Amino acid sequence: MSPQLEVQLIAAVVAAGCAIPGVFLVLRRMAMMSDAISHTVLLGIVLGFFLTGSLDSPLLMLGAVLTGVLTVSLVELLQRTGLVKEDSAIGLVFPALFSIAVILISRFAGNVHLDTHIVLAGELAFAPFERFELFGIDWGARALVTGAAILLLNLVLVLVFYKELKLATFDAALAATLGFAPALLHYGLMTVVSLTAVGAFDAVGSVLVIALMIVPPATAYLLTDRLPRMLGFSMLIGIASAQTGYWLAQALDGSIAGAMATMTGVFFGLALLFAPQRGLIAAALRHGRQRWEFAQQMLTLHLLNHEGTPDATEENRAVTLAQHLRWQADFAAQVVRRAEAAGLVRHDSGLLTLTDSGRQHAQQAFVRG
Amino acid sequence: MELLNDLIFNYTLRNIALGSALLGIISGVLGCFAVLRRQALLGDAMAHAALPGIVLAFMLTGLRESLVLLVGAALAGWLAALLLLLIIRQTRIKEDSALGIVLSVFFGFGMLLLAAVQRQPDAAQAGLSKFLFGQAASLVAGDVLVMAVLGAVALLFVGLFWKEFKLLSFDPDFAAAVGFPTRVLDVGLTALTVLAIVIGLQTVGVVLMSAMLIAPAVAARQWTNRLSTMVLLSAIFGAGAGVAGALISATGRGIATGPTIVLCISAVVLVSLLLAPGRGLLWTWQQQRRNARRMRAELGGGSR
Repeated sequence: MSPQLEVQLIAAVVAAGCAIPGVFLVLRRMAMMSDAISHTVLLGIVLGFFLTGSLDSPLLMLGAVLTGVLTVSLVELLQRTGLVKEDSAIGLVFPALFSIAVILISRFAGNVHLDTHIVLAGELAFAPFERFELFGIDWGARALVTGAAILLLNLVLVLVFYKELKLATFDAALAATLGFAPALLHYGLMTVVSLTAVGAFDAVGSVLVIALMIVPPATAYLLTDRLPRMLGFSMLIGIASAQTGYWLAQALDGSIAGAMATMTGVFFGLALLFAPQRGLIAAALRHGRQRWEFAQQMLTLHLLNHEGTPDATEENRAVTLAQHLRWQADFAAQVVRRAEAAGLVRHDSGLLTLTDSGRQHAQQAFVRG
Repeated sequence: MELLNDLIFNYTLRNIALGSALLGIISGVLGCFAVLRRQALLGDAMAHAALPGIVLAFMLTGLRESLVLLVGAALAGWLAALLLLLIIRQTRIKEDSALGIVLSVFFGFGMLLLAAVQRQPDAAQAGLSKFLFGQAASLVAGDVLVMAVLGAVALLFVGLFWKEFKLLSFDPDFAAAVGFPTRVLDVGLTALTVLAIVIGLQTVGVVLMSAMLIAPAVAARQWTNRLSTMVLLSAIFGAGAGVAGALISATGRGIATGPTIVLCISAVVLVSLLLAPGRGLLWTWQQQRRNARRMRAELGGGSR
């Protein structure tokens, strides 16, 4: 396998792996926990490195996962004292732990390949040079093997605990009542997030893990209302960002991880604008349509209300509409024109009368109201 | 004594101390409002978002003057805040995800540009990466002057709109009901927060700047229930930790300034959470023990 191909594979595997726990973070409104965890796993990696003296010991991974979970518990502990609100608690814990890690690196590990730049954005281009060998066989780049293992684990976990995750995410109270142990599920999810963040650290560094975990699921959230589809879309968007990001980085000669994060943003922007129902453009069009529909409904109701009463000749005149419905004159004229075109209203020398379908239209509004 | 002498007469140390004190004061003051309005993490997103602004400002102008770069940073931070509002208001995406999106995409774009700029042979780009973790030692008198002017503007506005900002922080619904233009005030306060972030970027860096908004305010909150006292204390804590951290990092070998300052202010927070009279954890723990003892004594007395 050529190194270029391997880099792209690693990027795709890591992106898909991050998207799975990301979906649940986004749905459970805990996205910023990934910010905290992705920063603090660095401390675990650094401490593990000092203890074992190597960067690829499994102990390193264990230490990092433990720091991730520790971060979550610290944030919750701080919150439970009642002295600090949740957002501040997150903002207090991770900078402190991350600072310790950065100082340790710059102080004692300056010449190993843990440098502060790589900490932030990883160095995917070098990933194929670190091989994973077992029983004397070269199984591929280490990052690829770890990434694939984590992706597989996440897939299996989602399939096995799908029902529990779904229920606890959408109706935590019911899940608790039915005995699904929400705390266990919560810490399980946080452990998976930590593990995924550590795995992705090699490829994209600690900060950009957030982009892969949060942005593709948020994009998918704009596109669908169904959980299985959201999971699928998130993984696809993650993979697409990884591939296009790789080519963007090649074109600009820039950081691959940075380009991947940028591309997740591009896909999110596209969904934000063009998503079929929840996009800004669809919403604006709907808003415009509803404005006229509502105005026509008001008009027919007004006409129906005064139809056949003595003041009908006074009330149901095009000129008095503006005043009585508190509309701008030209808006009123346009509503009348549209209602006429739709066959709801007849307009004879200033007097407005309902057609049969107009009367039906108004009565329907009554029934619905 | 020697340190004091150096602080007054040594050009570099004086700039470092002045710059980080200014940073601490401004972010301490504006952080109070951010924390009270539960917008602590907004600062995190805006600070990360400043990175592409800095690099783009450099790419477009080719200048490395701090004023040019800081204008870029402020524009990017402000744009990030606007996008955030757009996402939260117009879609069903919640605040936490919106923060994560804005933070990571802007920062990723910044890292992409930074890496692209750094591969150019031209030496002028050197030093842009100091904005990641901050480098107080690189402050020159001109930088401190820019910081002082921006900071004075920010503080002036806080003073002028003190009553409005106070109301907005504690009871925004009431503020809107009695006719204050809350939308305008909200945007204004956010703009001032961007200013505070920009002032800190060179010293603390984009990655950890949010801590300078949150930590002094949280520490100050523990000691008082009055906003004016809280703001004053927060400014003092921020300045103290800023100067201490900057001096430690400037005298130590190869320690980035941002993390050092963050550890100093985190220590202040820890002490405040434990010891603050009335609210502190040790204080309430002791109170609980005393109550339990009194309860036992009274119950014991009743049974006899």
